[in-house]
Amino acid sequence: MSDLRELYQEVILDHNKRPRNFGPLPEANHHAEGVNPLCGDHLTVYVDVERGVITRVAFEGAGCAISRASASLMTDAVKGKRIEEAEQLFEQFRRMVVSGADDPVESSLGKLNVLCGVREFPARVKCASLAWHTLHAALAEKEETVTTEQ
Amino acid sequence: MSSPVRRASAEEPEAVERRAFDVAEVRRDFPILQQQVHGKPLTYLDNAATSQKPRSVIDAITRYYRTDNANIHRGIHTLAERATVAYEEARVAVQRFLNAREAREIVFVRGTTEAINLVAHAYARPLLRPGDEIVVSILEHHSNFVPWKMACEATGARLRVVPMTDDGTLRLDEYERLLFDRTRLVAIGHVSNALGTVNPVADIVRLAHARGIPVLIDGAQAVAHMAVDVRALGCDFYAFSGHKVFGPTGIGVLYGKADLMERMPPWQGGGDMISSVTLDEVRYNTLPAKFEAGTPDIAGAVGLAAAIEYLGGLDRAAAAAHETALTRYAEKRLGEFSDVTVFGRAREKAGIVSFVMSCAHPHDIGTVLDGEGVAIRTGHHCCQPLMHRLGVAATARASFAFYNTHEDVDRLVDGLARVREMFA
Repeated sequence: MSDLRELYQEVILDHNKRPRNFGPLPEANHHAEGVNPLCGDHLTVYVDVERGVITRVAFEGAGCAISRASASLMTDAVKGKRIEEAEQLFEQFRRMVVSGADDPVESSLGKLNVLCGVREFPARVKCASLAWHTLHAALAEKEETVTTEQ
Repeated sequence: MSSPVRRASAEEPEAVERRAFDVAEVRRDFPILQQQVHGKPLTYLDNAATSQKPRSVIDAITRYYRTDNANIHRGIHTLAERATVAYEEARVAVQRFLNAREAREIVFVRGTTEAINLVAHAYARPLLRPGDEIVVSILEHHSNFVPWKMACEATGARLRVVPMTDDGTLRLDEYERLLFDRTRLVAIGHVSNALGTVNPVADIVRLAHARGIPVLIDGAQAVAHMAVDVRALGCDFYAFSGHKVFGPTGIGVLYGKADLMERMPPWQGGGDMISSVTLDEVRYNTLPAKFEAGTPDIAGAVGLAAAIEYLGGLDRAAAAAHETALTRYAEKRLGEFSDVTVFGRAREKAGIVSFVMSCAHPHDIGTVLDGEGVAIRTGHHCCQPLMHRLGVAATARASFAFYNTHEDVDRLVDGLARVREMFA
């Protein structure tokens, strides 16, 4: 096993202790709940989307350091992004956490790169992905709502 | 197999040549324990999930496949006869292990889960009517909860749940209050997989039988820690898994009283469970074949018999005392951490310490400990109703077998110090 410090990098420990954009956003126009049935962890992601742009995003819930830090980093990363950009980021992030240990990490992921250590801990990939799947579900729900309302 | 079956029960202690309990000697019987994980000696504290296998079990399975393998029953050739004998001898070994009255009261299944589902389908469902009730407890594993919930939903019956005290002790007074003339079955675990609580199953059976209610005991977590005597307990059904009692995965046991099981319809159809089949009519086989449709896990049964034989050669009272000492030692050492909360402080406990740390989620504890070669389980332990009751999503759980040592506990504690270093 690679050093645990590769997994639990300082940035991750920091986001775990002081998660950004943490707490409910009751008036957000989209939200979704994510659950990891294997461990019982759950979180809710709130997103405000205006004209296809994520203007506000927040999360709350209980989870391990990896899932909390990943959710926190995600909210920072997608804020101000267009929905398509956020989805693209999700795809790149997903590719990174399931890639081989020696595969290159895409530079466009920026700060999210700190989570690349997860790929050496297969049991923890779901922890890192939970927030992103939940964001994806929230955005999908929004799409439908928008269609109905317009 | 040819080796004689030795008894684990206290009935004929003189018939067994017992070894004095010696952990170092016992550990040598388990090849898997002689390895390093991430450069550290393996500290296996996940025994409640599955136990490790002594060499004699591994050898018995290998020997069966190398020399005796054939399909059982109806075979004319020599190997078929040998395999049949090995399989049926395994059934007798289990009968003696549980002190059941007859070998036909032992049904081989895949594991505890399948045993409980068998009873839910073949005993409970045909019986249940709207307004009837089944009683389980808050301590149950999902495998002794979901099958009953499903049976209740299918029939309009109601599932009642016996509560516990904050220390994880079953509320026997509340249990008794729940029993009434529409209670059709009580299904309760012998030992809690999440907290280690040993339930007073003899009292549970007595109180139910006083009202004519049959009782199923989920023994998955009990058989590795104590000698079980189903006749002394008086239970109507008893279920356990081979792999939690030092045998292989894929084999488990349902014990059921013959008169009850004779009245139950089969639950799976197929080969072996019939006595005759015509286009118009199927006649079912007698016990236990009626409940063993299809080719069973013959090698699994052989391996389980070897595990039972292995246990028969141990001083089980001394092994249990050793496990209790380990559990108490672990609780004491975890008490040194101000940020650790231990759940489950029942007076009667078996081999399990469940805890949380305020600075770290159980998953992170599990990952850091793995780096130290220490294997524990983290999560909800298939006990989500219990986790809700405790007010946590997950715990970290160290579970012991007789081959664990005080050094194993020390390595666990050293690992937790490492967790605190990283996360506090």
